[in-house]
Amino acid sequence: MPKENETAKLLAEKKDEILEAWFKEQGAAESLREDLMSRDDLRGQADNLLDALCKTASSGNLKNVDTPQYEDMRGVLADISKGRAKLGFSPSETAMFVFSLKPAIFAFLGRRYQDQPEVLARETRVVSNLLDRLGLLTFESFVKEREDIIVKQQQELLELSTPVIEIWNGILVLPIIGTLDSARAKIVMENLLQGLINRSASVAILDISGVPAVDTAVAQHLLKTINAARLMGAECIVCGIRPGIAQTIIHLGIDLASVNTKANLSAALQQAFDLVKLQVLTKGQKTKEA
Amino acid sequence: MERIPIFTMGDILLVMIQTDVHDRLLESLQGDVAAKICDTGARGVLIDISALEVIDHFMARQLERIAALTRLLGAESILIGMRPAVAVTLMELGMTLEDVPTAVNVENGMDRLRARMGSSVPGGENNNEDDGQETEPSEECLDYADRAGFPQD
Amino acid sequence: MDAARRSVQALAAAIGMDDSNQDMIGTATSELARNMLDHGGGGHVLVEVVQGERGQGVRITFEDHGPGIADIAQAMEDGYSTGMGMGLGLPGAKRLVHDFEIASRHRHGTRVIITRWVGP
Repeated sequence: MPKENETAKLLAEKKDEILEAWFKEQGAAESLREDLMSRDDLRGQADNLLDALCKTASSGNLKNVDTPQYEDMRGVLADISKGRAKLGFSPSETAMFVFSLKPAIFAFLGRRYQDQPEVLARETRVVSNLLDRLGLLTFESFVKEREDIIVKQQQELLELSTPVIEIWNGILVLPIIGTLDSARAKIVMENLLQGLINRSASVAILDISGVPAVDTAVAQHLLKTINAARLMGAECIVCGIRPGIAQTIIHLGIDLASVNTKANLSAALQQAFDLVKLQVLTKGQKTKEA
Repeated sequence: MERIPIFTMGDILLVMIQTDVHDRLLESLQGDVAAKICDTGARGVLIDISALEVIDHFMARQLERIAALTRLLGAESILIGMRPAVAVTLMELGMTLEDVPTAVNVENGMDRLRARMGSSVPGGENNNEDDGQETEPSEECLDYADRAGFPQD
Repeated sequence: MDAARRSVQALAAAIGMDDSNQDMIGTATSELARNMLDHGGGGHVLVEVVQGERGQGVRITFEDHGPGIADIAQAMEDGYSTGMGMGLGLPGAKRLVHDFEIASRHRHGTRVIITRWVGP
């Protein structure tokens, strides 16, 4: 009989007893968090893990966790990690949960191989290494989840910080706040073009008063956006150019001659109304003759 | 032979360009639009390009030509429904289509077209008297028909 | 020509390229396929997904055995400002892709390879 299957046999035979022993230990352990997980749920989770371990062990591979044989195991560990994270367990606590299986198994190994110290030493080492690796997998799973969340939030942040406001029928305002790098500029352009379609707009006001600096790259981005909007039948007005920015633009020799620019939002709005042939009147005032 | 359909709506022609339009279709469209303008006396042409997934520089030139052609024949034209991705690509290509008016959808397109049609005819009141009957072909139409070898009625 | 463009865009979409990028590679394909038909007397198009440092991308190889381009430098010049000049669509296509390679031999044919990556 191949040596490695000794432990697999033991696990399969004594699974229930190991589970009981483990559970009893858990109950006494400091890391038991009854405030986060009920005993029943804990028992369920322990059962799942041990079950998966038995199945995997029967494949004969107790060393290499990167093989397809460990796919189910990895799935179970990922679920445990995710579930516990949601409940508020720290990644260490989750890893400890896996590690805590060791004493239970070692006890049984000790009884079985009382008279075979070499086998006992070997099997203990194999199980220890394996459980270490499995505990670490829960940690890796946790980190990956976190990274995914960060990426998602970054995306949301990008989108949130470039709102498109329909300030009047067919007139959009895009307050651009923060540095306009290429990632941001792409979102601005996409949001603007989509906004033109969604709102049937023919004028878009780009308010850059919240953009700290405008260099040639930023100007390029703006020009691209304006040109694309023009191709779709909308005229763009850029406003909010602070005096300092205006100086930089001239200094850098950026040519914004083809761009409709206004100092502030109200001036831009005024022009937008002109473009769509609307006029603002005080109540009681008659229309001026053209 | 398949051709791009042109619908008549009062004094405006509606052209719907389909997704997989090939070069020859666009070329024959020029002739068809010209003929239709002369036949119906239309003074506005609304070209719907919302089905076009891609416009390369050849197609863009064809569209520019159609616009120039209609203008020559005394009519205004407008492109509607350009997809954002297409706008971005054309812009990267450096094609500005500056002599071709565009609008984002049919309503805006119609508004824009009517505004231009109204201002391009001296004494815009004539529009109101138009009850949909065929108007006299314009000078330009007769010229073009002559040169293109269209039969004159 | 349309078939080439469609399969390129479908592949680009499959590897996660966004709309604008898809359109750019699709348009470049349209330009070059047209070139091949009009000037190269037809040829073959090879579309493949490639792996690079920036991630995945779509690479298209256009190969024809036509007359070839005598002066590549001139062909790559921007002819748009001349108005009615149609040009060969090469400079336009070049602007729309990340990597652009062209090799041509007079009377032997032309090969153009364009690549656009999913990332910026």
